[in-house]
Amino acid sequence: MLDDISDKKVKFLEEKSLEIRELTIETLLKAGSGHTAGPLGLADIFSVMYFHTLNHFPSNPDWEDRDRLILSNGHTVPVRYVAMALSGYFPLEELKTLRKLNSRLQGHPHRTALPGLETTSGPLGEGIGQGIGIALGAKLDNKDYHVYVITGDGEHNEGNIWESIMMGAKYKLDNLTVIIDRNNIQIDGFTESVMPLDDLKKKYESFGWFAEDIDGNNIRELAQSFAKVRTIHEKPSVLIAHTIPGKGVDFMQNDFLWHGKPPNEEEAKIALKELRTLKNKIESEY
Amino acid sequence: MLNKELFLNENLFEISVEKIPTRDGYGDALLELGEKNKDIVVLTADLADSTRVEKFRTKYPDRFFDCGVAEQNMISVAAGLGVNGKRVFTSSYATFSPGKNWETIRTTVAYNEADVKIAGHHAGLMTAQDGATHQATEDIALTRVIPLMKVLSPCDYWESIKVTKKAGEEYGPFYLRFTREKTPVITTERTPFVMGENYKYWVGKSPQCVIFATGYILYYALIAANTLKQLGIEVDVVNVSSIKPMNIDTIVKYVKGINKVVCAEDHQIAGGMGSLISEILSQYEPSRIEFVGLKDNFGESGTAEELIKKFEIDDIGIIKSVKKLLEK
Repeated sequence: MLDDISDKKVKFLEEKSLEIRELTIETLLKAGSGHTAGPLGLADIFSVMYFHTLNHFPSNPDWEDRDRLILSNGHTVPVRYVAMALSGYFPLEELKTLRKLNSRLQGHPHRTALPGLETTSGPLGEGIGQGIGIALGAKLDNKDYHVYVITGDGEHNEGNIWESIMMGAKYKLDNLTVIIDRNNIQIDGFTESVMPLDDLKKKYESFGWFAEDIDGNNIRELAQSFAKVRTIHEKPSVLIAHTIPGKGVDFMQNDFLWHGKPPNEEEAKIALKELRTLKNKIESEY
Repeated sequence: MLNKELFLNENLFEISVEKIPTRDGYGDALLELGEKNKDIVVLTADLADSTRVEKFRTKYPDRFFDCGVAEQNMISVAAGLGVNGKRVFTSSYATFSPGKNWETIRTTVAYNEADVKIAGHHAGLMTAQDGATHQATEDIALTRVIPLMKVLSPCDYWESIKVTKKAGEEYGPFYLRFTREKTPVITTERTPFVMGENYKYWVGKSPQCVIFATGYILYYALIAANTLKQLGIEVDVVNVSSIKPMNIDTIVKYVKGINKVVCAEDHQIAGGMGSLISEILSQYEPSRIEFVGLKDNFGESGTAEELIKKFEIDDIGIIKSVKKLLEK
């Protein structure tokens, strides 16, 4: 049952990922500030979420039975804006306004500015708690939608995250899934040198969660994992998605210096050329 | 004399005046709100009994969540519930909430416009023997600077019921301030409370000074007014329970022609209710102002009565400030 994603759908989602990456680079270039590596690494997760996993209607973002997707590490929001625009939440043209005055696309996501965002985030460590609140509310209202919370790995330095992890287990929130963008970088360097996180799977398991390590840049595995966690009972779940920061652009990959800056024009040109080459590769593979 | 139009407690100046903690009013109002509105949810951070939400827990166990000793997470959870149709009350001590979790409140409750009420209990020196670690004397300052946050500081049991109900009937972020010790019942069930309005509880004949007081300190301001009257000094006393929103015109109207003001609160002078009054008056009705409150110092252990005497926030401290003002 879990293998029912077709090759055709995988190809479609891989192409969407590339489109998301290209638009993210273009959007960041126009914005002139923002984070690059995280959004590129997360592109596959957002492609699968918006174009496969989520029950949602972009034309009706407040539909009360929609699945909730929370972005806890708000600094990666450009990739979410791009995925939202591509799936029809707002015109692609609006991406140009990212981080500009009077824009709905704030530098960090603001719920009341743009329908479909679910939370306001940026200050780290607050997404899982909000996810718990939404998941508890769903149980109170007998709703069966699922709550997905995307977090960063460096974000797990925050103490309040661990407060939330305890509470998620206490209330057996099987309608809650945390996805950790395990890209091993944070602003000051590699996560294991800034503040070692070690084995997050073991840590979550010891807190009473269902936990799995997955390849966060593998479309098929992501789609299957996002479906699988919905079948877990009596405990919340976490997917430690190992991603490559800057994925798709050779000179950005795995370099923490790309965590917190946008590309300049020359860099964007090289990046886009590379991403377009990858597009041809997908075409020839299928 | 006491404002007759407000149906205040006629036994207020008796030694036998009834005393009830304001936190009891909070707990009692929540029970009523829970009955009327099935979307009312209560959270605590391991302080169910002392913040008086134990009865709510017993009556509505499905709508009660104990977050453990984790105030930041409690607020995030409240925000999640509060943007999905629930009206959430969070109950902890004011030193921890909004003290420890201030940024979470700013981001996930206020900026996020979540339907969350923050009840800060054990505010002020009235927390007594526990000492300065547990005496929140900065919480008004912390909350009133946050955009979209409403801040209410009730003077007694009955007003605590009214502010809690008001917060329970209106969407959006509120901060409600409560104290631990039993304090005199100043009002009655019939006394009006209108958010934004602050009423004159003591009306002097040709008053020489206006005293603004918030929380249970209002009682000491009224005692001071009564004593001053016997000394031939007439004052007005205003109950500032609605710190934000606040009808500026009313404040200006009270002060116009008198222009001598004392502000009294169990809170730091910096950033508190008195700060707010002085912000308003310096702009619209320049006046001489004396401040009764903590002067950039911490409290300590002691009985409530010992503490308010030592830190001069009782009736004697207020009288001293009025005299100082009138001598100038």
